[in-house]
Amino acid sequence: MTEVRVLSASGQIGSGFLESSFQRGISLKPHVIACDGGSTDAGPVHLGSGKPHFSREGTKRDLRLMLKGRDQLKVPLIIGSCGFGGGDDGVAWMRDIALEIAKEEGLSFRLALVRSEQDKEYLKRRLREGRIRPLSPAPSISEDVIDRSTHIVGMMGHEPLADAVSKGAEVVLAGRASDTALFSTVPMMMGAGAGPAWHAAKILECGTACVVQRKRPDSIMAWVRDDHFDIEPMDMDVRCSAQSVASHTLYENADPFLITEPSGTIDSYESRYQALNDRSVRVNGSRFRPAEQVTIKLEGAELAGYQAIIIGGVREPFILRQLDSWLAAMQEKFFARVQEMFNGRLGRDDYDIHVRVYGRDGVMGKLEPYADRIGHEVALLFTITTAEEAATDAIAKTFAHFALHYPIPEWRGLISGIAFPMAPAHVNRGPAYRFNLNHVVVPDSPLEMFRTEFMEV
Amino acid sequence: MTRLGDLAQLIRSKNAGAFTLTFDVMFDTQESYERVRASKVLNKKNFAAMYHVPEEEVTFFEHDAARAIKISIPRPYVQSSREDGDAYGGQQHAPLVDLEIPD
Repeated sequence: MTEVRVLSASGQIGSGFLESSFQRGISLKPHVIACDGGSTDAGPVHLGSGKPHFSREGTKRDLRLMLKGRDQLKVPLIIGSCGFGGGDDGVAWMRDIALEIAKEEGLSFRLALVRSEQDKEYLKRRLREGRIRPLSPAPSISEDVIDRSTHIVGMMGHEPLADAVSKGAEVVLAGRASDTALFSTVPMMMGAGAGPAWHAAKILECGTACVVQRKRPDSIMAWVRDDHFDIEPMDMDVRCSAQSVASHTLYENADPFLITEPSGTIDSYESRYQALNDRSVRVNGSRFRPAEQVTIKLEGAELAGYQAIIIGGVREPFILRQLDSWLAAMQEKFFARVQEMFNGRLGRDDYDIHVRVYGRDGVMGKLEPYADRIGHEVALLFTITTAEEAATDAIAKTFAHFALHYPIPEWRGLISGIAFPMAPAHVNRGPAYRFNLNHVVVPDSPLEMFRTEFMEV
Repeated sequence: MTRLGDLAQLIRSKNAGAFTLTFDVMFDTQESYERVRASKVLNKKNFAAMYHVPEEEVTFFEHDAARAIKISIPRPYVQSSREDGDAYGGQQHAPLVDLEIPD
């Protein structure tokens, strides 16, 4: 019976884990250590700007322990979606941290950098060839969408990672990758059952999210065998139950039974979960159904503009009873002021002011069932967006003043209708991004969209 | 009548990627799971009406091993788009908490 032991350091590198948990994992002699480094969950800014999500301090602390652990055991370490968005900037950032740690700790290893950022000409060619398909739902795609994206990544599966490890890579820092593939790669290479390998990987990639009552991000380990896997969190204070493991495929997926990966589908319809003891669980019956063609998901981000925000409260009942008309009228009248300031250079379509009303429907927007109710106060969050940083700043500061004094018919005399908690009232957010793709590419091979560089450290 | 929030172990919403919103209603006893399932209060039609989507865009699963009901819809606003008020999609389940389940 094959047994492959996989140690997941944490759900996200940079979010931390207990050193004692990780060291317990090391003492159990895993064949591979892996950790996910990114997600779309924190929004398009990380892909759009190339900037990471977690702190450098937190990331370096986590990576140091992982590099020392793998050095002690001489096993591969695989980290994917580096820099959170997983673009080439993110891979470079993680590489630099790894090189610093290697120097400080006197470590040496064969490093593979597997980049996932996509060449625009390649994508446009694939688009013309009909090799790019929308997922559901998807924004529309065109060569223009590709061109105006700041960064586009393809989500690699296990093949580029396996290729790097088979060529002697001891540390793999990958760009955007399937979180699951980071953990399924070595079990697949070592001949474990594909169903258990992939299902275990799906659970491991989130760290201790699958435990009964999660205390904090932390390490977890799986024993992957031919037809089942066992899973146990490393902190003795924390436990998995049959239900907590079973419910993990629900997390962040629309279908809890079929999860699509680049090279196939994880099928947990027949999976059975049994408690081995009060902390660990065995899972039988998981299947992996290989796809006829590998499909690589694209993620893309484009600049939405430069943004500023204004936050303020309204407490005055006469304003509250006509809130929408007051907000609409002030924005309507404000355009004349914009024309004055910019001497007609900015038209109506060159700036955008969007307002959310907290205390009414700020969280749910059009879905709010109680949107007809307002209490005694609301918070207004205005978002001002233009294509130019300086114009956003000018409009935001002017609008804050304009809105503050916008009258209502009930009062004769100058009013101040918004309570700003601080002044100046506006805060520049800098560049804002939006996701612009939800598509897959059908490449000729699972490796063609990714570039691997080896380094001796 | 009992409130769903008082019967469920966990009710949550979350992004399933940037374009889909997924809801989980989980139970810690078989009895509460069966009761809510049998009531059919959570179904595609009701959900479609509450969340303003066509019924055919709602996906619905019951996961017995997890004692969970999962419902997903296209995200009302794409994650972090202009109108989106919930980048992680974590607060859109709120009206489900007060749903009444018959005794």
